[in-house]
Amino acid sequence: MIPASIRTLRHRLHENFVRWALRVRAPEPAPIILTQRRVYVLPTRAGLAYAAALLVILLGAMNYNLSLGHALVFLLAGLGIVAILHTFRNLALIEIRPGRCEPVFAGGAARFELVLENRRSEQRTSLRLFLGDEVPMEIDIDAASTAVAALPLPATQRGWLPLPRVTIETTWPLGLVRAWSYAAPDMRCLVYPSPAAKAPPLPWGGDTARGNSRDGRGADDFSGLRNHQDADPPRHVAWKAVARQQSGPLLTKLFSGSTAEEIWLTWDALPVTLDIEARLAVLARWILDADNAGLAWGLILPGTRLTPHHGPEHLAAGLRALALFDHGAN
Amino acid sequence: MARINRPVSRRQSWWLLATALAAFLPLTQQLPLWLSLAAGAAFAWRGLLTWRQWRLPPRWLLIILVVAGTAGVFYQYRSLVGRTPGVALLAVFLALKLLELRAARDAVATVLLCYFLVLAQFLFTQTIPTALLAALTVIVTTATLIAANDDRPSPVQQLRRAGLMLAQALPFMLLLFVLFPRVQGPLWGIPQDRFSAVSGLSDSMSPGSIAQLSQSDAIAFRVRFKGDVPAQSQLYWRGPVMPAFDGRSWRVTQTLGAYPQIPYEEKGAPVDYELTLEPHGKFWLFALELPGNLPPESALTSDFQPISRQPVRARMRYDQRAWPDAHAGLRESPRILRDALALPGSGNPRARALAESWRSKHGSDTAAILATAEQFFLSQLLLYTLNPPLLGPDVVDEFLFDTKRGFCEHFASSFVFALRAAGVPARVVAGYQGGEVNPVDGYLVVRQYDAHAWTEAWIEGRGWVRIDPTAISAPRRISSNFTAAVPAGEPLPFLARGDLAWLKELRHRFDAVTNGWNQWVLGYTPQRQKDFLQSLGLGEPDWRSMTAALAALCGIVLLGLTAWILRHRARTDPALAAWKRFTARLAKRGPAWQPWEGPQAYAARAAAALPERAEAIQRITDTYIRLRYGAGPAPGELQRLKTLIAAFRP
Repeated sequence: MIPASIRTLRHRLHENFVRWALRVRAPEPAPIILTQRRVYVLPTRAGLAYAAALLVILLGAMNYNLSLGHALVFLLAGLGIVAILHTFRNLALIEIRPGRCEPVFAGGAARFELVLENRRSEQRTSLRLFLGDEVPMEIDIDAASTAVAALPLPATQRGWLPLPRVTIETTWPLGLVRAWSYAAPDMRCLVYPSPAAKAPPLPWGGDTARGNSRDGRGADDFSGLRNHQDADPPRHVAWKAVARQQSGPLLTKLFSGSTAEEIWLTWDALPVTLDIEARLAVLARWILDADNAGLAWGLILPGTRLTPHHGPEHLAAGLRALALFDHGAN
Repeated sequence: MARINRPVSRRQSWWLLATALAAFLPLTQQLPLWLSLAAGAAFAWRGLLTWRQWRLPPRWLLIILVVAGTAGVFYQYRSLVGRTPGVALLAVFLALKLLELRAARDAVATVLLCYFLVLAQFLFTQTIPTALLAALTVIVTTATLIAANDDRPSPVQQLRRAGLMLAQALPFMLLLFVLFPRVQGPLWGIPQDRFSAVSGLSDSMSPGSIAQLSQSDAIAFRVRFKGDVPAQSQLYWRGPVMPAFDGRSWRVTQTLGAYPQIPYEEKGAPVDYELTLEPHGKFWLFALELPGNLPPESALTSDFQPISRQPVRARMRYDQRAWPDAHAGLRESPRILRDALALPGSGNPRARALAESWRSKHGSDTAAILATAEQFFLSQLLLYTLNPPLLGPDVVDEFLFDTKRGFCEHFASSFVFALRAAGVPARVVAGYQGGEVNPVDGYLVVRQYDAHAWTEAWIEGRGWVRIDPTAISAPRRISSNFTAAVPAGEPLPFLARGDLAWLKELRHRFDAVTNGWNQWVLGYTPQRQKDFLQSLGLGEPDWRSMTAALAALCGIVLLGLTAWILRHRARTDPALAAWKRFTARLAKRGPAWQPWEGPQAYAARAAAALPERAEAIQRITDTYIRLRYGAGPAPGELQRLKTLIAAFRP
């Protein structure tokens, strides 16, 4: 319908407007308060239709000299003005703070949590938040309370994924006007490289493995049970113990780490013919496999060295090193 | 923008059904029965669809129904334009729109259609009850709009919010109503069916035609005098003048304005008043004899009758000045005098013979003939009654000599006949006589039962002289009102009766309210707006000054409303405030509280960092959780939390 040139023009104008609107240096320090100056209001399509209908009613009332017709139009016009105020009020003075943002693997969706605070003693209803063209999420904030909005964003590349500009809008209560604002909270999500789907087996042998022999007898000593956490490898779930209890959480078997096998995962172990991303993908796969297997693993990248260890924090450190690996810098 | 097209939820479709019903029901009395029934069936279908959650009817079926509805309307009215067909079409569209509620957009369209139906209602009636009903409808439509956005709150909550928003819209409405520059309609042609028949004087008078009006207590016009109300016997409201007689009926001959200015000299003391005329569909404008100025858009006919350019199809108000002592037609044209002598060739021989005897006695002394005629009417002992016997072909003869019972049209008709037969130019004047002052608001109310007919005769040197032959025989008709003159036991309209004083009092109050409504709400015309603003000190208001005043005042209201709306700012929950004090204190030695962190999780973290304070931390946290999330915390709990926190040292 609309010619492409007009669409691009409109897009460019919109981008210019957003840049102007966010003239405060983005990203912004927390808390971001949506002050009156940065909340914009324009009629929606329904609002334009409403205005057009009022105009027609006014003409009809004039033509037929209907005093009550005039009164009706004026009441509805007043309602339109009041709707602007209410919609504006629904959005103005919200405070936005960055919340949690767990690292994700490339190819997954990053979840940016924003904490929205409503200091007013009335509920804020039907706020919509979205990033770019993503599907908006709708949220209410209770009176004098906070709410958390988790905004998903596809993570395509490893490294830091900065939170793009957030649009927060509302058309509540009448849907005739839309109030919106932009915020650019200082937030980023760590994106791990996507683990390779097909990777060579863990690089045992050479000087990569130390410690106990590979036959695995007495590999890890069982040291106890604790509640299952999401980061625990599924193969460590104590299925027998779980089956014994009537109800309750999954349990994870704990192994004492000191006796874990050690394995070194090195950048140089991979053939140079592979490009950087592919090598990182394989390393990511290896790290996950090694951690899953309960091994103590070390990682050697150009410029980075992690001594063998295991556990969630070590895993996070390894994946983080892969995510932020910058070959050109070394 | 794609977001607006969420499907309509169940609750929302109930709301839309309620809105449609509220907008449609008041119109049922204007619409044909089949249409009301069909619309009712569509509403019921909608209800079933919502209740049973059936699928919407297919589009082809709706198209067939739209075509069928349109055809039905056309068949009914032979037209699709005009007031009633237009309203009927709107009703058809509304009923069928309900059957295709797919997305939120359809909900908005339905609400807008309802607004048009509310306007349509005003085409038929604009009374106070109509206005109240419309206000209710607007509350429901507004609640529906809110529900279309967020359908979770209960209906009561939605209605309350709608009421609040409309209450806030009221100041804007009042300002716009008073200050928005009004334009005198119509802007384009109005379909003729805008006006249906209304009762009132017609342009001809035959025996019984005014008596018929005497059964109606509908209001003809209301008058507010600037000074004292003149004596009842002076209140002759001049209406259509009827010089042409065909033996039975008198007819109007002058329908065009002849004088753009008043053609007679002012004399005596003027009477100033403002007249609010109810629509009667005819051209003439009533005025106290003799009119001293002309309402806008009007002229004076050659028989001194103010006449409007357009039929009076809407209530209109004009300022008038009357000269009761003025003499009209001192130099009357021979043509008009000739017309005022014309009689049919035959009929009423006895009256003609009598008049002939007067003429032979007094010759051309018209004043003497007039006095003789008055004397004759007095001597005949004619009876004023609402129930005159039916008369044969010689109306005048039978009335004067046989039955002697008649209503004002008999008196006027016979008197003019006799004068003409005696060679005195005379004519019948129809109009209203008297009126009743409403003690509540001081307006003189003239009703249809005040309709009257009198005569005027032309006397050399005096011009046209008013003679009321009814007053000769029944003086009380003129000095008080027609009830006093009518014999007891004759049927009278309710309001004309003397008994039931309290009911009458009530009716007076009701009428005063209605009049205030008519004067200030319905009658807020461009002229009244101008006068009103002038009286407020806005000298010579034009659209520029009005718009400026409107913008300024609306701006003030807007500022006030904005301040009120943005006022409640930082009223934090006291429990939360206390909790924040606690976390700030704890953060000095322990971990800082993150806003997304639940109190339990934070307490666990803090307790791990400060094991020696774990117990105190836990107690504070538990109290806080009970206060903030518990169902109805115990009294004094907040104080306990504050004390605990005050005592806490990390």
